[in-house]
Amino acid sequence: MSDKTTSIEQIVGALADGMTIGIGGWATRRKPMALVRAIARSALRDLTVVSYGGPDVGILAAAGKLRRLVFGFVSLDHIPLDPHFRAARQAGLPVWELDEGMLHWGLRAAAMRLPFLPTRAGLGTDIARQPEFRTITSPYDDAEALLAMPAIHLDAALLHVHRADRAGNTLTLSPDPFFDALMARAARQVFVTTEQLVDTAALDMQANARCNLFERALVTGVALAPYGAHPTSAAPDYQLDLPYLKTYAAAAADPASWHAYRSRFIDVSSEDYLCAVGGASSVHAQPVPAY
Amino acid sequence: MTPLADTVIAAAAEAWRNEGEVIATGIGPIPRLAASFAKSTFAPDLLLTDSEVYYRTEPLPLGAHGASSGVEGYAPYARIFDMLWSGRRHAMVAPVQLDRFGQCNISVIGDHARPRAAMLGARGLPGNSVSHPNSFFIPQHSKRAFVAGEVDFVCGAGYNPARFPNGRIPAFVDLRLIVTNLAVLDFSGPAHAIRVRSLHEGVSFAEVADNTGFPLARPAHIPVTPAPSGQHRAIIAALDPGGVRHTIIKSA
Repeated sequence: MSDKTTSIEQIVGALADGMTIGIGGWATRRKPMALVRAIARSALRDLTVVSYGGPDVGILAAAGKLRRLVFGFVSLDHIPLDPHFRAARQAGLPVWELDEGMLHWGLRAAAMRLPFLPTRAGLGTDIARQPEFRTITSPYDDAEALLAMPAIHLDAALLHVHRADRAGNTLTLSPDPFFDALMARAARQVFVTTEQLVDTAALDMQANARCNLFERALVTGVALAPYGAHPTSAAPDYQLDLPYLKTYAAAAADPASWHAYRSRFIDVSSEDYLCAVGGASSVHAQPVPAY
Repeated sequence: MTPLADTVIAAAAEAWRNEGEVIATGIGPIPRLAASFAKSTFAPDLLLTDSEVYYRTEPLPLGAHGASSGVEGYAPYARIFDMLWSGRRHAMVAPVQLDRFGQCNISVIGDHARPRAAMLGARGLPGNSVSHPNSFFIPQHSKRAFVAGEVDFVCGAGYNPARFPNGRIPAFVDLRLIVTNLAVLDFSGPAHAIRVRSLHEGVSFAEVADNTGFPLARPAHIPVTPAPSGQHRAIIAALDPGGVRHTIIKSA
């Protein structure tokens, strides 16, 4: 069995300028944030990011890594609007804005090696007036005009899981798997960060099979990253860190705030990051959020 | 005197009367309270989530997180899409802008390429709008919300044939109620024009018209929006023990 273990820095080294990168999770839930911070401090540039967006998008936007964003929303849930994303958008960051379900559909088309999947979502809106879209007429008797959602191919997918073995078998234990599996299937390379790296037997796969979202054959590399989703949640291991998310949002106030935030939380090692956010005990002390 | 917020919540809950066994999604505190009130009173068959990933047998009060008891089903996002595409859902959202066609916007104010104000993004509104019934909540009835012309970026589709292929509005576009701090409106005017359905206590048609950026259909008789009973107000209070509703809809 090939050993796919790697490190966050090696994963960043495997990425290239101009790539289209899918980031798993959803808003403030199970984002591969340790990897996102590593990209933010790297020399990578001109990335197209595809995301059900949260602070992953905000950090990469603030760090100047984005050439283009493909998204349905960017939100911090309890803080509805991410000020870093807003600032970037208002400064003209190019976007391809999609309905959440169209994003799902585009990834699914890529996963199935189809050029597009038909949908009604987007019809009648300004979404459909973006130049990337064509419509198609049903070849059956209904002759309905539908939007042809083009495949969204990813050069790489970055996903955070709870448990993984060295071969790339993974468990995603949080109650909602989101669309990580589709991102994995739509991507040429899949890099996974994991809360715990364990022996295959310790995955207890027969009992946990429903938490195994995709095959190890899709996985390029696995990096151990405890608390790697912080400040987003990796429930049941830990919850989102709302006080920290407020610190993150406040860093959009002006360039000096961002610079201070960056030097304290981004341009640091994983160990120093965990100390800066109050340590493991603080992460574990965050309450279950009310939505 | 009934707090206006309670009247608005009870009026908004009417969106889900006779809907049967569908997902009731209320985005934002007032729509969520309305859906919860509907399930707690006249529409017990509604499917209501904890706003995260489970269906609950009883609505979750605002500010409470889901306890392990009271869960009756599983609602991950992928299955929410499966349900909404099948039409088994009625959502109420609170858009920033709404126009005479019922087109709505939560994405940007100004030019999409370089917006004056960037907001959330279209979220699921495009798909919702062509898949299942939709209603709206507007906390401040004004010309900034009810815009002249069209909204700055159409996220949710409406009854505007010019925007659809071949000028044909898809069969599943089904816009229902608009509930505001002044009135309840619907789309039952000529050619789905927005019509005033009831006026909240002390509000005139002229006041509503003056705060709307387009003409409204006016029935010969417009009733006053009914106030909820004391028993119903107690149910609303139990769903919102912190009184969040009064910070959004203030009584005159």
